[in-house]
Amino acid sequence: MTVNETLAIYSNYLVYGAMAAFTVSMIAFAASFASLRATDVLPADTTEDGAAEGGGSVAVATKVATGGPVDGDTLPPGRRAGNIGMSTMWLGTILLGLGVLLRGLSVSRAPWGNMCEFAMTSAFVVAAVFLGLSVKRDLRWLGVFVSTSVLLVLGLAMTVFYTEAAQLVPALKSYWLFIHVSAAMICGAAFCIGATFTVLYLIADRAERRRDEGRTYWLDGFARRLPASSRLDTMAYRTNAFLFPLWTFAIIAGAVWAENAWGRYWGWDPKETWAFITWVAYAAYLHARATAGWKGRRSAYIALVAFGCFVFNFVGINILVSGLHSYGGV
Amino acid sequence: MTDLSEQPSDTDSAGMSTAPKDVDGPVGLGVVGWLRWAWRTLTSMRTALVLLFLLALASVPGSLLPQRGTDPIKVTQYLADDPTKGRIFDKLGLFDVFAAPWFAAIYLLLFVSLVGCVIPRAVTHWRVLRSRPPRAPRNLGRLPEHRVVDAPGDPAAVLEAARSHLRSRLWRVDVTSYDGSTGSLAAEKGYARETGNLLFHVALIGILAGVALGALTGFKGTVIVREGSSFADTRAQFDAFAPGRFHSDDALPPFSFTLDRFTAGYQRGGQQNGAAREFAADVTLVRSPGDAPERTTVEVNDPLEIDGVKVFLVGHGYAPTFTVKNAKGEVVFQDSVVFLPQDGYFTSTGVVKVPDTVPQLGLQGVFLPSAVVDDQGARSVFPAADDPAVFLTAWTGDLGLDSGRPQSVYTLETSAMKQVGVKGLRPGQSWALPDGTTVSLDGYVQWASFSVARDPGKELALVAGIVAMSGLALSLLVRRRRVWVRVSALDAGVTVVEVAGLARSEHATVADEVDALAAALGTVRTDRTTGSPPAPGAEATAAPRGAP
Ligand code: HEM
Repeated sequence: MTVNETLAIYSNYLVYGAMAAFTVSMIAFAASFASLRATDVLPADTTEDGAAEGGGSVAVATKVATGGPVDGDTLPPGRRAGNIGMSTMWLGTILLGLGVLLRGLSVSRAPWGNMCEFAMTSAFVVAAVFLGLSVKRDLRWLGVFVSTSVLLVLGLAMTVFYTEAAQLVPALKSYWLFIHVSAAMICGAAFCIGATFTVLYLIADRAERRRDEGRTYWLDGFARRLPASSRLDTMAYRTNAFLFPLWTFAIIAGAVWAENAWGRYWGWDPKETWAFITWVAYAAYLHARATAGWKGRRSAYIALVAFGCFVFNFVGINILVSGLHSYGGV
Repeated sequence: MTDLSEQPSDTDSAGMSTAPKDVDGPVGLGVVGWLRWAWRTLTSMRTALVLLFLLALASVPGSLLPQRGTDPIKVTQYLADDPTKGRIFDKLGLFDVFAAPWFAAIYLLLFVSLVGCVIPRAVTHWRVLRSRPPRAPRNLGRLPEHRVVDAPGDPAAVLEAARSHLRSRLWRVDVTSYDGSTGSLAAEKGYARETGNLLFHVALIGILAGVALGALTGFKGTVIVREGSSFADTRAQFDAFAPGRFHSDDALPPFSFTLDRFTAGYQRGGQQNGAAREFAADVTLVRSPGDAPERTTVEVNDPLEIDGVKVFLVGHGYAPTFTVKNAKGEVVFQDSVVFLPQDGYFTSTGVVKVPDTVPQLGLQGVFLPSAVVDDQGARSVFPAADDPAVFLTAWTGDLGLDSGRPQSVYTLETSAMKQVGVKGLRPGQSWALPDGTTVSLDGYVQWASFSVARDPGKELALVAGIVAMSGLALSLLVRRRRVWVRVSALDAGVTVVEVAGLARSEHATVADEVDALAAALGTVRTDRTTGSPPAPGAEATAAPRGAP
């Protein structure tokens, strides 16, 4: 089967277009985020009675804070920029989605056969998940972080990881590519969002502690624009916990595929080893949250280590270490 | 800020979860006390956490250093390049991490801890499953979710309405009927959370058992077969054979096959020039002696399966064909010799040993499928055999085959030999050595390598893996929560109903369910306050401050 070069070129144009849209979106979201004045900020949330209870009201709460009919002339600060960010985010995501689609059509297969395509499609998943979540709730405050990550990943995909549209090596020609890699990609996208929540949680938590102690904190202004740390913590937990079974599935699917392609379902190939390490690290994170003395910041650090393992498996192992899984195409 | 550690932990007395409590020091005195303390420590959550960490950490060198199991050649090379460090690493088992005793120690401890943790939890959960939801606390107003409504009808009827509302939503309900002054109901839902958690942990043991079963009773062998040659499934014919401890050669089904043709396709041009696109091995298979031969194709991702044994296509390469004649013109050697690929363009190296001449002859060769000779020297520029050539170094003397020491067919023992010449040959060309021997390159065939494996534990591992995943999904997605209802008569025909709820897992909320139940039973009372905090207050503080 040959490669349709024309479609591949259009795919690239669409991805560049998407990057332009995401750039605008990032700037608009950043402006929206920054234009919140300290006076808009509610006092530190001290009356909350527990993450177990508080967690579920995120959606409700954000609606209360930002919803309701707002008169065009009295838009709260940052609202207009936030809207621009949101609409350019939609534009970028649609362009990127088309780009991914054309890339797939140009080679008549799922567009995730190498790092470039994997990164491209993951970026699309991150953006789409964000937009999907923000249909029901106001996530504009998160927009700047999402558009920045998406842009970063796309930038890497189109430069360092860039690979021309081409057919696959025989080992990848299997419907398991579709199953295993799409699961891994969705996990990657969601773990990325989870890690964003975790970092923001750590910042918000530090800021709140310093505030309680009456000390200054250089990120305090930033932290005041974020939701309360307990909410960020719950969001991070939910994202990671919901995705952990899927990550387990991705590994099992990979094992079934490996059995079919190489005659063993697990061989401690570097990629497999790091998938295992990532899995164990996320398991440790979930465990830590049920272990006395390990809740809060400590388990947040474990979550970040786990995400670091995931990223290392994707980037580091593909580039640095050779193994059966070296399909990076870089 | 809400400190998470202040939330009622799952280890509290309410018994929603059966997680073990962490222990701080020895309880009791003497040996028994210490033993009990050691066991409690081993099976504590903190120890499990530390062991999980260690497991992850211990795996890291296994991915960064070459491993005997996956790449023995690189290990040898590492030992040759850096003998001092290499020898220390080797002693520590760092070249075979996943078979090292310290690695086994970590996961075995973890699994002992797991068993010690899961059994008591399963017993507790079994009791909880068979018992009733705990009675309503005296003061429902102190629970996180609390509503008060007025309901028409008498208390018994309201209680019954609450019961059927909850039952139809699959809550487990326990009713204390109205006794003239008050009646209450306790309901609980989400037991599957703990069930799933236990299932997950037990299934991990199943995965380990599956892996162990496969490793002990299975086998794995590899064999290189040249086009035109055959392989019969007996131990002697394998190039490498790794049986499990309890493997018996009777488990080898008596099939055989001939490799008729190997096809490889490569990308031509573009950024990925030379990348493999297609491999196929056409074979003639005889499933068991006497059966009719069948023609079939083995491809990557498409193995042969014969009586529980699978044959996988795992590699390929070139085998140049040589004819060697002695000075009298007699053929002393004629065969295709397997050369091993060294790079992506299939620059391949190999050795030809000709013992039947005096003195014995040895050839070291480099096969280039698409040879280019320029100022950078000779190299291959494409993996397909577009323009093959072989570059030979000839040695005469003693091959050392009779020394009794085992020799690799891929290396030439040159200590007792003398180099007599170097020459490049294309197919059809010959080379006359000084002593009159002629070496000719007749052409080449391709070879394919197959991995033949039987793993009786893989089904168990897969089933356990799926159970583990399902248990995880239950455990992480199901919410555990309780609801209580208390009724008391107000005036004739009006009942005061208190509905309260408690969500008991990290991401759970019960507010919606409490609201729905309260709305189904009655209307919010406006005439009197009951001392419970109004619900909207919670929403105001819940707002993310300054959302754009
Ligand atoms: C092979 C080692 C282990 C792995 C990979 C592992 C993994 C996990 C994971 C991923 C969770 C979170 C998902 C869930 O709640 O079901 C979890 C929860 C839990 N694990 Fe383990 N675990 C291991 C060993 C242990 C051991 C040895 C213990 C006992 C000390 C233990 C006790 C628990 C408990 C009590 C929970 C529930 C926490 C909660 O209530 O939220 N686990 N484990």
